[in-house]
Formats: sequence, structure tokens, C-alpha cells
Amino acid sequence: MPIVNYLRARPRLALVLVAVLLAALPFLVGAGLGKSWVRVLDFALLYVMLALGLNIVVGYAGLLDLGYVAFYALGAYLYAWLASPHFGLHLPFWAVLPLGALLAGVFGVLLGAPTLRLRGDYLAIVTLGFGEIIRIFMNNLNAPVNITNGPQGMNLIDPIALGGFALSKTHQIFGFSVSNAHLYYYLFLAFVLLVMFVALRLQDSRIGRAWAAIREDELAASAMGIDTRNVKLLAFAMGATFGGLAGGLFAAFQGFISPESFGLMESIMILCMIVLGGMGHIPGVILGAVLLTVLPEALRYVGDLQRAVLGHVAVDPADLRMLLFGCALILMMLYRPEGLWPSRQRKRELHAEDEVAAHESASLYDARG
Amino acid sequence: MDIFIQQLINGLVLGSIYALVALGYTMVYGILELINFAHGEVTMMGAMVALAVIGALMGVAPDLPGVVVVLGGVLIAVPVCMLLGFGIERLAYRPLRNAPRLAPLITAIGLSIVLQNVAMLIWGRQYIAFPPLLPKGQFEILGAHISVLQLFIVALSVTVMLGLWFTVQKTRLGRAMRATAQSREVAALMGVNVNSVIAATFIIGSALAALAGVMVSAYYGLAHYYMGFLLGLKAFSAAVLGGIGNIAGAMLGGLLLGVIEALGAGYIGDLSGGFLGSHYQDVFAFFILSLVLVFRPSGLLGERVASRA
Repeated sequence: MPIVNYLRARPRLALVLVAVLLAALPFLVGAGLGKSWVRVLDFALLYVMLALGLNIVVGYAGLLDLGYVAFYALGAYLYAWLASPHFGLHLPFWAVLPLGALLAGVFGVLLGAPTLRLRGDYLAIVTLGFGEIIRIFMNNLNAPVNITNGPQGMNLIDPIALGGFALSKTHQIFGFSVSNAHLYYYLFLAFVLLVMFVALRLQDSRIGRAWAAIREDELAASAMGIDTRNVKLLAFAMGATFGGLAGGLFAAFQGFISPESFGLMESIMILCMIVLGGMGHIPGVILGAVLLTVLPEALRYVGDLQRAVLGHVAVDPADLRMLLFGCALILMMLYRPEGLWPSRQRKRELHAEDEVAAHESASLYDARG
Repeated sequence: MDIFIQQLINGLVLGSIYALVALGYTMVYGILELINFAHGEVTMMGAMVALAVIGALMGVAPDLPGVVVVLGGVLIAVPVCMLLGFGIERLAYRPLRNAPRLAPLITAIGLSIVLQNVAMLIWGRQYIAFPPLLPKGQFEILGAHISVLQLFIVALSVTVMLGLWFTVQKTRLGRAMRATAQSREVAALMGVNVNSVIAATFIIGSALAALAGVMVSAYYGLAHYYMGFLLGLKAFSAAVLGGIGNIAGAMLGGLLLGVIEALGAGYIGDLSGGFLGSHYQDVFAFFILSLVLVFRPSGLLGERVASRA
């Protein structure tokens, strides 16, 4: 690929090109595929944020968290409580978003403190149970005191507004008509860049190396003087914080939340993104998140395809989505455990055994020779 | 007092079903140190297959007595689930036996999603009613009602559990299973075919799950493609409560969890002054699971094992 090599030699030019592409993307997509696809882009960014957050827990520290969506839900509900007519509170977003992230982080510590002593698979079950408990409470805390409005969820949540500039309206800027989906795209992009920056810096920090050590061998890590409990707690809290932040943004973007958005399948989908893309590798995780948000949308065309070939829709494409995710998880683990775009190091680790085996069998032949 | 005894009986009935499912988790964990996430889905498949067969039988031979029809459903569902359990082990777990711990866990989650969605594609999203084929009599004990079905569920579970206990303690296969659980390598050196022992464990566990699936759908009168998830989680909690890897523990944990859940759901309204109602029933299992894991990770009957990986 001569173009790639050309750009690799000129990182600044590449950066500018990527920036221009990202800035123009919603307009290109909106013009090419239709306006609904701009919203898909917004969701893709939201999931990138979530996947990067979960990646800290699963990819960096190697702790399988199956209730991650609970933190997302906490962030979203806090935003709805503090900025909607439900309690009559209308705090500005710059106050509510950090509060939501903080609340999720606190819950991360509360959940992590008793459970992180446990082995990985116990942790998976307990986090899964935690996710379900949060959902059950959100579903049922509408009586006798109406806190969550139960299964109906809460609506009319305040959109994000910078001063008088509300992101929920269409604005005219330089003669362009910029809709709310476009505006949220830029907001989410900014947050994604922030989360990416934090995740990258964390990875290369002392804490990041401690996480990697724990992931590879906890006993050895603690022998090296790492306070494994606190470092794992930090990973948990950090991941939860990002989840809470994304939740707040989701609530503001949708204007409506209900417990249905925060089921176990959502947690599993975020996990899929990480596994598919490449655990612990930021570009891979982003790729996974974008793929898994965009592909289900593209699956809609499968319905049209069925109609064209069979004359009717035999299998609802929406029903196929989870089935395909499940198959993808199994097949990835069996055949490409490092993910689609792994870091070079991890790829080497996972295939080191093959090399050793090949080497050994080769030397066996030598001996026979 | 009547309510107390009634809830106690309901809890024991439900608990004996939990115990059957918990046995599957605990046996697999004892041997492979792996949580078979797809186990709840095997239970669901058992219920669904049995219901499909029952429906077909009722269509073909409407004059057959109800008990025979249900028995026919069970006789098909159990082998189907045994095959399923065998396939799960072969396809998703065996190739990953030496992979990092996270890998089989993720394939297990993948499998349970696949099974759920396959069931949804075959049988649809709606609840399927269990036809009223079983006898409906009721006894009265100490002012509480116990139905024939409830009595039957408890009796069958206890019989099956005794049979399992006998298999594990007294037969050659059982001895091989216990040896494999202690050390796979040494068992293999002693001439135990470890792979077939592991396969047998999955097959036995799946058979128990199929039975439990039929029981639970007969008890509630409903089956649903999503029913395995919560049932599996609760059964896993029961296994942990009793001490995972310990067969007697799974039985005890299942019964205890059933009773705690029933009593909790019956009294939570009074205890919390009406703030929380019986729809929080499902929370108890997780709550107990967390408490056990914090204060006694080895469970009630489990030996002390290192909780760190």
C-alpha cells in the first residue's frame, strides 16, 4: 500500500487528513446514506466510549465485568433525575455529567471492594448479578415513591445546551443547516478523544503497567510489590466512571431512558466489541465498537434481500443480530483469540505456543534425521 | 404461621429444582474449574423440546393419558439435552482447555446467546403454556396446601439426587470423576480416560438440567426462550452457596436458596414497611451470592480453597 507508507512517513499530514475526514464524516454520511445514518454515527461514538471504558477493566486489568451496563444506567438515570421535569430539577450538563461519572465510579468501588478478591469467573457472575439488580430496581422503584418511573422510563430529559446554544435544535452555521445529530456527533467526538487520550496515557503509566502485570500473573505482580487489590479497584472505578459519563451523554442525546436500554445483552454487546476488535488495544477496540454498531444497521438490508429472493421475510433481521454476535464470540475465541486488530505484542503472545511447537517438532525431525 | 409453612413448602419445591440445575454447575466446576455459562440455556432447551413433543403428541394421539404425554416429552427432551451438553463441551470448551481463563468463559457466553436465539427463532418470542395434563389434587398439611405436582417434583428430585450420589460415590465412572476432579494429570496416568469422563460429566449435568427444565415449566405452567438465564443464575448462586464443586453442597444450597427466596418474597413487604414488594424476589439470589462470596467464598460445605487465581 504505497499511500499508507507515504502517510506513515508524514505523521502530521496523516493527522490533518484524519481530522478533516472525521469533521466531514457526518456530512458525507448524511448526504450519501441518509440522515438516519448520522444518528447511527452518534451511537457508534457512544459505544466507542463505552468500549474504551470497559477495555480498561477487561483489556488492561483482565477482569471480566459482565454488568458494565449498570454503570451506564447509573449515569443516565442520574442525568435524568437532575435534569428533567421528573423531580423538577434542571441543572446544567457540566454539573450533571461529572456527578454521573462520579456516582458510577463510587458504585464501581462499592461493587469491586468485596468481589475483587475473587477469581475471575466469580467476578463475572457477581457483576452480572449486579447489572440485573440495578435493572430490577429501575424497573420497580416507581412505587410507593416514584423514583425511576418504572418500566415506562423517564422522558423530556434536558438536552445539552452551551449557554443559549441548544444541541437539540437545527442551527444555521455559515449557510449550512446543521441538525442536532450533527451537533451531538461533534460533542461525542470530543468526548471520545478525551477518553481515548486518558486511556492511552493510562496504558503507558505506572498504573497501566501494574494492570498488565496483574492481568498476566497476579501472584507474580503482588510479589513485585503491586498492591493488587487497590490497583484492581482503580481499574474498576475508572471503567465505571467512563460508563457513567457515557450514560449521561446517552440520556441527554435520547431525551428518554427506560430500563430496557440497560439489559444484560447491552453489556454483552460491549464485551463483544472489545473481544472482536482486540482486547487491550485501543484502535482495535474502536474498530470493534464501530463495526458492531454499524453492522446491525446494515443487517436491515438482509430483510430486503430475503424479500427479493424468497418473496417474504422468513427471519426478522433484528432477531438475527444477537445470534450472529454469539457465533462471532465463539468463533473469535476458537480461531482468532487476539481479535481483528490486536497489538503486536498480544498477537505474538497468543501465537508463541505455535512457534514453540513448530520449533520443537522441527528439532524432533532433526534428531530422527 | 400458615403463610410461613406455605412459603416453606413452596420454597422447598422450587429449591429442589434449583438443586438439580446447581448440580450441573458444580459437577463441571469440580472437574474443569469452569463455569458452564450455557447450563441455564440447556435447562431452557429441555423445557422447550419437552413442550414441543408434548404438543405434537397431543395432536397425534389426543386420547393418551396426560401423564404418559408428559413422560413422552421428558423421554425425548433428556436425550436431546444430553447430546447438546456433549456438543457444547466438544465444540466450545475442549479446544480451549489450555487457553487463558477468559477464553472459555467468553465462548460460554457466546454459546448461551446462540442457544437463546436459536430457541427464539424456533419457538418465537411469546410465552408457551404448559398444557394442563398433570393431575391437580391437593393435600393439606398444617394448614398449608401442597399439590400433587409439588410433591412429585420434590420426590423426583430427591430420587435423581440419590441416584447421582450413588453414581459418584459407588460406581467406576464416579470414581474416575472424583479422581479427575482432584488432578487431571494424575488421573490420566492411572488410566482414566479424562476426555470421556469430562464428556460424561457434561452429559449427566445436561440430563439433570433437562429434567429441571420440564419441572420448572410444569410448575409455573410457562416456558420462554429467556427462562434459562435467571434460572441458571439462581442455580449458580445455589451452587456457590453450598460450596461449588461439592455435590452435597449443591443440593443443600439449592434447597436453602429456594426457601430463602420464598420466605423473603413473602415477608419483604412487611419488613421494609411496604417500600419493597414481592417483585424483588429475584434480587435475593444475587444478594446471597454476594454475601457468600464476601464472607465465605468456599460456601457452606466446600473445603477451603484458595480464592486467588
